[in-house]
Amino acid sequence: MPVSCGLCEKRAMLKRPKTGGALCKECFYNVFEAEVHQTITSASLFKRGETVAIAASGGKDSTVLAHLMKLLNERHDYGLTLFLLSVDEGITGYRDDSLETVKRNQQQYELPLKVVSYKELYGWTMDEIVRQIGLKNNCTFCGVFRRQALDRGAMMLGVDKIVTGHNADDVAETVIMNVLRGDIARLQRCTAIVTGTEGAIPRCKPFKYTYEKEIVMYAYFKKLDYFSTECIYSPNAYRGHARTYLKDLESIRSTSIIDIIHSGECMSVSVKKDVKMPTQGTCARCGYISSNELCKACVLLEGLNKGLPKLGIGKPHKARLALGLTNTTGTTSTSGSQRKEGCQSCSCRRHPYAVVNDTSGCKKDDGHSKDDPTATDSSIKQEELGSNFSTVGAVGDSAAACGCNSEVQKGPCASTVGVKALCGKDDRNTPCACKRGEAQTNKKALGNSRAVPDLDF
Amino acid sequence: MLSKSKVTVSMANSVNICLEFSGGAELLFDMVKKHDVSLPGNSQPWTIKSLLVWIKENLLKERPELFVQGDTVRPGILVLINDVDWELMGELEYQLEENDRIVFISTLHGG
Repeated sequence: MPVSCGLCEKRAMLKRPKTGGALCKECFYNVFEAEVHQTITSASLFKRGETVAIAASGGKDSTVLAHLMKLLNERHDYGLTLFLLSVDEGITGYRDDSLETVKRNQQQYELPLKVVSYKELYGWTMDEIVRQIGLKNNCTFCGVFRRQALDRGAMMLGVDKIVTGHNADDVAETVIMNVLRGDIARLQRCTAIVTGTEGAIPRCKPFKYTYEKEIVMYAYFKKLDYFSTECIYSPNAYRGHARTYLKDLESIRSTSIIDIIHSGECMSVSVKKDVKMPTQGTCARCGYISSNELCKACVLLEGLNKGLPKLGIGKPHKARLALGLTNTTGTTSTSGSQRKEGCQSCSCRRHPYAVVNDTSGCKKDDGHSKDDPTATDSSIKQEELGSNFSTVGAVGDSAAACGCNSEVQKGPCASTVGVKALCGKDDRNTPCACKRGEAQTNKKALGNSRAVPDLDF
Repeated sequence: MLSKSKVTVSMANSVNICLEFSGGAELLFDMVKKHDVSLPGNSQPWTIKSLLVWIKENLLKERPELFVQGDTVRPGILVLINDVDWELMGELEYQLEENDRIVFISTLHGG
């Protein structure tokens, strides 16, 4: 017995998980698009004249997002300039295939595409990292690097905002994970529709209230071209459990997802007074926002380049010891819900990162990072971020480069790869870019080049 | 009897249907998205419920728990019967008809 659409006379094609209502194809399209438009306008996500990068992986969410952003921008005259931004992690058989999908989307939606790669930014592909570290903690590297890579790509494009395809299921899953881990600081942030407003380029989630089921049905009915394969380097097990749990709940009561988001939002309001957020500063090496002296990416990268790939994994104070970084005093009592204040990346309650002196192996580098006035001055951070890119390549990798042993000089130095890619300069036969003078030269060149984003449409 | 993508069993009152797997669900079926199958004659009418058992026994190559859970599909896999959400069609109790097209779309893969 066919069910008819709740809004018109036609035959219903799907049951909406959020409301339980039955809709035909046309009414579903209208409701789906109108709801995303409403999310965008009620949260005032964009202002007229802004440029927005759509984080595009080629998967279902980002493909539907790109389609919808283009459609709504035209239909409701948002006045936005849109870009597609993709990150190439360097995973053979996974990302190379999905990037093909993004390239087709670029044609289909006539949007300019920018691809930033781990190789170009960090000197390492994920394939190479996995060869070093194995399959256990590789997702940590990938997650940390991807987050930064998106920001860097966005800065190269000079956009005002990034939109991501995170949907209601993703947000609910993250709420559950943060509750289970007792991570109150993240619990507070994870339901925000816009994140990273301080210092970083704001990220928005227009699909925050959009069910995965509806995104997939929309893509199916509209015959949108998307790529679906699991990453070949084992998925995140903990998130997998949260996902299974959530899907089980949804199958019993489909409103569970939106209810969990609602609970997450309420919890974030009610815990606000009790949780001290980590103070945002900038990484002394690369200038990326970081609550510690060095951002997570720089610690991970240094570990890779030193041949100690486990360095950034696990307890951060151990990593600091191995890096030769010393903690100075400044310990505050960290108890219960406040423990994240001190120690950002682990659940230990000791050794908070207060102020740390960088006394790593490379003395030249060390002097540089201490002298660098941009490292701590967040007021000029935005302007300086472009130039600080060079420090990732030039200074960030210097520990590996700057034992200045022949090992590094032989192969293409990771740092020069990074600098070359960013500043566009040719390799000038410098064995590595770790020398302070060298780094600053590159820095200048890069600072100038920032005004002209290099788009590879 | 069982070839890569086509299964034919000639029997009286068999039901010919088309099965499609996408969104990553095809990974469990040798990456073959479309399967034209003929379900053998049965004393009971074919339903989605009995179809799932048949798929598990005849088509699934590996890790059946990633596709079926108990007597239903794993939560997170969407089922469409002739492009209509199975939740509007009686889900497991829907009786298959000749030339029906059943689509399974996984939502569990990366986006």
